[in-house]
Amino acid sequence: MAAPKKRASALYNWFETRLGLGAPIMEAAEHPVPANTSSWWYVFGSAAAVILVLQVVTGILLALVYSPTAGDAWYSLQFIDHNVALGWFLRAMHGWGSDFMVAIVLIHLVQVFMFGAYKFPRELTWIVGVFLLLLTLAMAFTGQALRFDQDAYWGLGIGASILSRVPWAGGALVDLLLGGPIIAGPTLSRFFTLHVFILPGLILSLVGLHVWMVLRLGINEWPMPGRLVSKKTYMQEYHSLTKKTGIPFVPEAAWKDALFAAAIVLSIMACALWFGPFGPSGQPNPTIIQTVPKPDLPFLWIYAVLAYLPPAMETPFILIAPVVIIGAMLALPLVFGEGEKHWSRRPAAVLMVAVIAVTLGVFTHLGMYTPWSPKMNAWSSDPVPAAYLRDRTPLEREGAIVFQNKQCRNCHSIGGAGGMRGPALDDIASRMTEDQIIRQVLQGGGNMPAYGNSLTPAETTALVHFLLTLHGNRPAAVNATRKLTMHERLPLPPEQPAPAAHGGT
Amino acid sequence: MMEEEAMNPNEPLAPGAEIAAESTAEQPQNPAEAAHSRRAFLFKLAVALNGAVGALLAVPIIGYLLGPAFSKRANQSAWIHLGRVEDFPQGQIRLASFRNPATTHWDGETGDIPCWVRRISGNSFQVFAINCAHLGCPVRWFPQSRLFLCPCHGGVYYEDGSRASGPPQRGLFQYAHKVVNGNLMIYAGKMPTLAAPYAQPPLTQIQPSSATANGAKSIAVHDASGRNA
Ligand code: FES
Repeated sequence: MAAPKKRASALYNWFETRLGLGAPIMEAAEHPVPANTSSWWYVFGSAAAVILVLQVVTGILLALVYSPTAGDAWYSLQFIDHNVALGWFLRAMHGWGSDFMVAIVLIHLVQVFMFGAYKFPRELTWIVGVFLLLLTLAMAFTGQALRFDQDAYWGLGIGASILSRVPWAGGALVDLLLGGPIIAGPTLSRFFTLHVFILPGLILSLVGLHVWMVLRLGINEWPMPGRLVSKKTYMQEYHSLTKKTGIPFVPEAAWKDALFAAAIVLSIMACALWFGPFGPSGQPNPTIIQTVPKPDLPFLWIYAVLAYLPPAMETPFILIAPVVIIGAMLALPLVFGEGEKHWSRRPAAVLMVAVIAVTLGVFTHLGMYTPWSPKMNAWSSDPVPAAYLRDRTPLEREGAIVFQNKQCRNCHSIGGAGGMRGPALDDIASRMTEDQIIRQVLQGGGNMPAYGNSLTPAETTALVHFLLTLHGNRPAAVNATRKLTMHERLPLPPEQPAPAAHGGT
Repeated sequence: MMEEEAMNPNEPLAPGAEIAAESTAEQPQNPAEAAHSRRAFLFKLAVALNGAVGALLAVPIIGYLLGPAFSKRANQSAWIHLGRVEDFPQGQIRLASFRNPATTHWDGETGDIPCWVRRISGNSFQVFAINCAHLGCPVRWFPQSRLFLCPCHGGVYYEDGSRASGPPQRGLFQYAHKVVNGNLMIYAGKMPTLAAPYAQPPLTQIQPSSATANGAKSIAVHDASGRNA
């Protein structure tokens, strides 16, 4: 019993004499941390580090088979999914790992912000963290490009189109991004280089710096309302705090980190197992245009914002917003390096986090069902509800056919099916008079194109008559001026009380 | 740091030791200091030399990196044969595709670029890029409603390519085109964006010869698409 132990310690000593790493590592592991930082709120940074290791390992394994050329990449993904044992699982792990990574990094950022941990002396730790967040997002974007399918192809086109809006340098930036005149072989090669060499290299070195500073400056203490940070006294206070309440990080605080990391890795495995890998969608053949490109989850909110911005504001927004947002994040610790850390005394900070989180959430949610996109197949796949055709004149039924054939349905839903780009038309005739409908159809307006050139007069008449049958249970809209002028001759339509419950869809 | 190391006489660096031996012979009065200043000077010289080498090295590195943005060869556009005029029915809009003139075989399918061809009548054409003028998504033509719809953010264009509604700020990008001996040719080779809406065809004096050459062997040119233009 004693002999193997002795031999093991002799072996350790052999290496320790030469490496000299054991002692400082032990010291770092057991460094005292304030007792109240042994909290479940303090586990996200280490979890991100664990996911990073997971991503590196799964990434290397995928690179063993992946073929980074525009002509082969998509087929090599199919090969990994279907011909390599457990290849699909590794792709799924890497993909889900990436989503978890973005989520954990964001949670970590919010926690650090709410706990005021970016204040003196940890300003640089925060700044390095901001760069790590940007690099994480860059990894997510370049990774999506490596899944070289239709979404990736057109996603690169969107990236190039955004860059092309930069004044003066736009054209050159597009060429640099694509590596050539079109999205092709060189484009994929440079995204491969970024995703596999450059960005991971930067991430690993910045993570090293980040962790080094955490060890050197100590973990942020649990904030107390009224305990203000001052550059003169903070170091002294922190040291006396760790002296008074300090516990060794390993094992007394680290067990929570370890447990959480294990739970996260298990969750990634579970998601990979249940939901499988992401895509690839159709092959990256630009001549197959029956596609609805969509970015991955972390970028859906940008996609949504770009759809909602008024056209004139778009270019300024694309160019200015990133500079402002990143600049503000970098400047935060330098401007607010002292003072109150506790969230209960920083209502503006709490409000800001809440507003940003809700905004991102709403836009991401919108990005999932893209109400602004026409439903390209609605006109040929969603039938007109039978109830809308019952007891109708032949002209009105003919109008329903025009309604379908002219792709109105791609942007307007009826009966709950169809595009959401324009308003639902189930009770359009309760909101617009015949004249208004005719004018809107022929001349367009708002966000609607004019159909004057694509409808014959007969088709227009039929279409409008069909639309006039759509007023739900409300009375049809009436032109008030016409009512006045015709008051003498025509009986008024019977004033039905509008049943509120039946409006719209 | 460096100076301390350089001053240390026990330092086992071979070149340093040689210099130290020399300098003690020359200047016996204060050998350590003289050796130090000499080494420090040599070190600075070496750093400066490395700076110069670095600058020299940067030229090919930066040139290589920026190549795609400035090399004329990479951005080569050319006249490409798209098809016979009679392939495109009058008054209709058809999807056509061509092999990009600057391409490699490992570009695979990404080297095949689609475009929308509108034959207004006779030899009067419009050739639209597939890329939406908003953010580059592939627009789709709906002949029934005579509109191009973009699947991404709902940009809409009329059949003449002008903007109808949605986020795009302008009409569809168009390729320069010409009809030579009954063949429709377009000048293409670069993804159109707001920064470079379309490639300008070269000045006229070169055109007639290359065009007739292409026109004479239309089908062959279609396969070898435009490398020779
Ligand atoms: S890319 Fe076509 S509308 Fe945005």
